[in-house]
Amino acid sequence: MTMISKGLLLVAVLGLAACNNPGRFGAGGAGGAGAGGQYGQGGYGAGGIGQSGLGGPNDPTSTAYFQQTLGDRVFFSYDQSTVDDAARQTLTQQAQWLNQNPNYAIIIEGHADEKGTREYNLALGARRASSAQDFLISQGVAPSRMRTVSYGKERPVQVCSSEDCYAKNRRAVTVLSQGAGM
Amino acid sequence: MFRPLATALTIALTLTGGVALAQQGPLRIEITEGVIEPLPFAAPGFIAENGAAQQYAADITRVIAADLAGTGLFREIPASAHISRVSSFDAPIAYNDWKAINAQALITGAVSASGNQIVVKFRLFDIFSGQPLGEGLQFAGTPDTWRRMAHKVADAAYSRITGETGYFDSRVVYVQESGPKDARQKRVAVMDYDGANTQYLTDSSSLVLAPRFSPNGSQILFTSYASGFPRIYLMNMQNMQVRALDEQPGTMTFAPRFAPDGRTVVFSLEQGGNSDIYTLDTQSGQRRQLTNSPSIETAPSFSPDGSQIVFESDRSGTSQIYVMSAGGGEARRISSGEGRYNTPVWSPRGDMIAFTKQNAGRFHIGVMRTNGSEERLLTASFLDEGPTWAPNGRVLMFTREGAGASGQASLYSVDISGRNLKQVPTNGPASDPAWSPLLP
Repeated sequence: MTMISKGLLLVAVLGLAACNNPGRFGAGGAGGAGAGGQYGQGGYGAGGIGQSGLGGPNDPTSTAYFQQTLGDRVFFSYDQSTVDDAARQTLTQQAQWLNQNPNYAIIIEGHADEKGTREYNLALGARRASSAQDFLISQGVAPSRMRTVSYGKERPVQVCSSEDCYAKNRRAVTVLSQGAGM
Repeated sequence: MFRPLATALTIALTLTGGVALAQQGPLRIEITEGVIEPLPFAAPGFIAENGAAQQYAADITRVIAADLAGTGLFREIPASAHISRVSSFDAPIAYNDWKAINAQALITGAVSASGNQIVVKFRLFDIFSGQPLGEGLQFAGTPDTWRRMAHKVADAAYSRITGETGYFDSRVVYVQESGPKDARQKRVAVMDYDGANTQYLTDSSSLVLAPRFSPNGSQILFTSYASGFPRIYLMNMQNMQVRALDEQPGTMTFAPRFAPDGRTVVFSLEQGGNSDIYTLDTQSGQRRQLTNSPSIETAPSFSPDGSQIVFESDRSGTSQIYVMSAGGGEARRISSGEGRYNTPVWSPRGDMIAFTKQNAGRFHIGVMRTNGSEERLLTASFLDEGPTWAPNGRVLMFTREGAGASGQASLYSVDISGRNLKQVPTNGPASDPAWSPLLP
């Protein structure tokens, strides 16, 4: 439970950071940023926000750099959970950053598009989160720092019903929270 | 909430003075045969036996007629067409007047209200054979149960004419949705089968999914993200207390359903990205793994006799429907058509399995025999999913969602013949319906 509330706190902070950034969706390059805004307002609630200097996307030690410059998410093909070349590249960079910044705990969220049933998509999102986690482990990130969670099709980032949007929703997002050793 | 029904509603006193009647008159609808022409019936306003009963009498008559007409099997003849007026509950029936307007069934009734009780009496008549169909019945209950009494009258009429048990006196637990699709809030809610009497069982602080009734309706299972991770919870419907059922760190639990014993829960547990099917004894806490495969195994549903479990698995490469023994072991694939099959649910009658099918970019609700034969698709849309059976196994309710930002989820129902597709009224967007048993 303490681990979760720490996680929520940081997610809320990231949400604020993203909201303050005028180019919060996509301008940061590298895979699109801005998960924080959504989750800050979403099911988590935004209570108990603490403020600390997180730095901007140009500061390589900042979470904003991780989210926006490196890219906090990887994408999957329809009904697949295989980590493709583009995803490997992103995850490799994530792993390097995570290894250099050992004070962050990690929750990897798996998501699916809406073209599936609720239960199946929960299982599929779990597979995707686990694929991303396995790759990070293979790059030296300690398993003890990571947990996975599946949101199935419950938290799309894009709501249009076309392949463009579906492709952005089929994702695994690496969410950071301060305090290692979960 | 289901109040303890013995106190809420005392039922079924045979009215005195009735003539002994044949149990089954010639008036009959065979539901399985796909009714083409709905059976015309008349339900003249129930007699208010005192002033306090007037509103109840009008409301009860309206609900009975709506229940019957809502099945698509019956058509109400409007009061404006009636020739005969029913002036008292015991007055002789003018069969020829009803015959003249082609009413085949006539429902008459009376309501009295006094103190904290209302009493509803009714009789059903087979106009063309010129005699009552079954004996008169009387229901008594507190005023707040008036809708249930109306549903019970309609269930009795439906049952006598179709030979099937009814389903009107039942409830549906579901998820009430609000907000845009990318920030949806969800609450567990319960309502009467026809959308009346909505009550919220959780607030929207945590994402909740797929509530399911226990076999006697006294508890519900659901999945919640209250801990930050999906887990299954059990709610006692009497006192609203909630407890987590399985709290293994590093796992996700979802897709729970009760076994017919009301004590065992079957569900999916995910660990390391792999989902398998387990059962849990809710009293002892003992857990048992039923499948052990690197593929996705989820959406389990018990057969009504408790001997088998139907579930979905993508072990063949795409999601298909399998049946295994309730103890696990070898599973037999029963789906064989094109496309993906999900969310199998065993009919309460035991004879069929309803499912979601995804094929060629469309979603369907369908039914098949328990061996996979006689597959029939009942619906088609952008997104239909998650069927639940009416307690009599003749009607399905499911979630339908449209495309894009405006395509909010709503509940629909359809006969297993594919007829009578219609939206179920809810307070705003809704998903994941699960039907209760018929209330006692």
